[in-house]
Amino acid sequence: MTDLSKLTIADARDAMRKGNFTAVELTEQYLGAIEAADVLNAFSTNTPDIARAQAAAADMRIAKGDAPDMCGIPLGIKDLFCTKGVQTQAASHILDGFKPEYESTITSQLFDAGAVMLGKLNMDEFAMGSSNETSFYGPVTSPWRRGNEETKLTPGGSSGGSASAVSADLCLGATGTDTGGSIRQPAAFTGIVGVKPTYGRCSRWGVVAFASSLDQAGPMVKTVRDSAIMLEAMAGHDAKDSTSADLAVPNFEAALTGDIRGKKIGIPKEYRLDGMPDEIETLWQEGAEKLRDAGAEIVDISLPHTKYALPAYYVIAPAEASSNLSRYDGVKYGHRAKLNAGEGITEMYERTRAEGFGDEVQRRVMIGAYVLSAGFYDAYYIRAQKVRTLIKQDFEQVFAEGIDQILTPATPSAAFGLGEMANADPIKMYLNDVFTVTVNLAGLPGVSVPAGLDASGLPLGLQLIGQPWNEADMLNTAFALEQASGFAAKPARWW
Amino acid sequence: MSIDIKTARKVAHLARIEVAEEALPPLADALSNILAFMEQLNEVDIEGVEPMSSVTPMALKRRADEVTDGGYQEQILANAPDTREGFFAVPKVVE
Repeated sequence: MTDLSKLTIADARDAMRKGNFTAVELTEQYLGAIEAADVLNAFSTNTPDIARAQAAAADMRIAKGDAPDMCGIPLGIKDLFCTKGVQTQAASHILDGFKPEYESTITSQLFDAGAVMLGKLNMDEFAMGSSNETSFYGPVTSPWRRGNEETKLTPGGSSGGSASAVSADLCLGATGTDTGGSIRQPAAFTGIVGVKPTYGRCSRWGVVAFASSLDQAGPMVKTVRDSAIMLEAMAGHDAKDSTSADLAVPNFEAALTGDIRGKKIGIPKEYRLDGMPDEIETLWQEGAEKLRDAGAEIVDISLPHTKYALPAYYVIAPAEASSNLSRYDGVKYGHRAKLNAGEGITEMYERTRAEGFGDEVQRRVMIGAYVLSAGFYDAYYIRAQKVRTLIKQDFEQVFAEGIDQILTPATPSAAFGLGEMANADPIKMYLNDVFTVTVNLAGLPGVSVPAGLDASGLPLGLQLIGQPWNEADMLNTAFALEQASGFAAKPARWW
Repeated sequence: MSIDIKTARKVAHLARIEVAEEALPPLADALSNILAFMEQLNEVDIEGVEPMSSVTPMALKRRADEVTDGGYQEQILANAPDTREGFFAVPKVVE
């Protein structure tokens, strides 16, 4: 038996090539780990038959000696990705029983590379949430606890199942999606690495849409090296997504030299928030010092429109969501409400959507409908799109001045308890994304790297923001930060 | 800008979401709070700024205007709650 808690994608790849264990053996071990971790509710659907068949096929390729890096690697797939013949519900009641007739481009690429799907991962409904509590499948629990307390904590969201599964060693890697921070915030909450690539790097085809101009998929894994390996397999041009970039995908792993001498790292003063815990401020300063010790130059910078990113996001994302989610009408797939005598198609639409969408999704769809409605479109939507231009220009300016990457905290706090925000204003929950949302608005790549623990023993992450299309250099700086931080903490097993 | 019950009812209908009368006042409050949060955008000087239409500067690819794919009637209908004779079935729309 392999010690899954120490295994990485890179290790597993090398060990399978050497013949130390097979993909079938590894897959069986993960299927067992998943079965024993039901209490976390990380997986929404288990696909052991598919996993076993894919693992057997992977072993044949590995035996032939020309298998790709991801061959035989057991993964979890976020429920937002359409997987042919396998329940795909975006954690929503409205997609009850939906089994896509097609495969998303990203999962196709991963499977073509020989990856093994263990199952689908729980998430916030339609990726709208920061705690995984909006899921129709019920919330995911983090494997992490505050010291010896038994309080159930959130793994973050929306990719909460992905974060929980990777940090609890239920898979070697997971796909995530990030519209405002949904990869990086849960990665930070669970002590793993999460990458949101440049907008257009990974195809959105077959990924259930939330806000199309912001959505981007990426890997959630245990190390920066693993993120480089998995991102390379996920990325690339796709004729089926008109916003996917026709650019060559670099060998991201080869870029990980750890040499960051002479790199300029920007520290944006606007990310220093009132009321931010001292621990996060300290972590951030220490992170900067580690990069300086590794030979980088630390530069104070200003991104003056940062404050307006969150309100702009909460106009733009709901507007796009209200449009994207109009397809859930009870006609083409999923749930349809029962009608009373004399009721017609309008009642069918309205009741189907009232029954099918949870509270947060309903709230965002309605806000979106409002900001796009006649008379308010200019005041809200167009204004937000102009502010978005200014936010992007802030980044363009610092990059033009020679900044290579920007270092920020990943989240304004460590993970909180499930239910602790239940009665809070929705805006309180939105503040989870305060450090990550700017990156989506500007279309940039960002990575969350685990950097330390808070006083109660919970992981905290730092974010590096890179230049567009330069994930390779961003990941190399993340690699240097990871090596300097030496983060090796794991949740003590209680499940 | 705060949302009254009448506007909340209108927004719910625009979004095609059934909301019971007694649920309208808390909905109006919730929407008003979110809109108040967005009001911060009014502080920004947007004079002469172009609204963003594409986050990465790229020209959309063109291709010949011809059918390249299709013929999936069965697959398209496979997940529908109600189908008849190769069509989606819905409640009567025309009297």
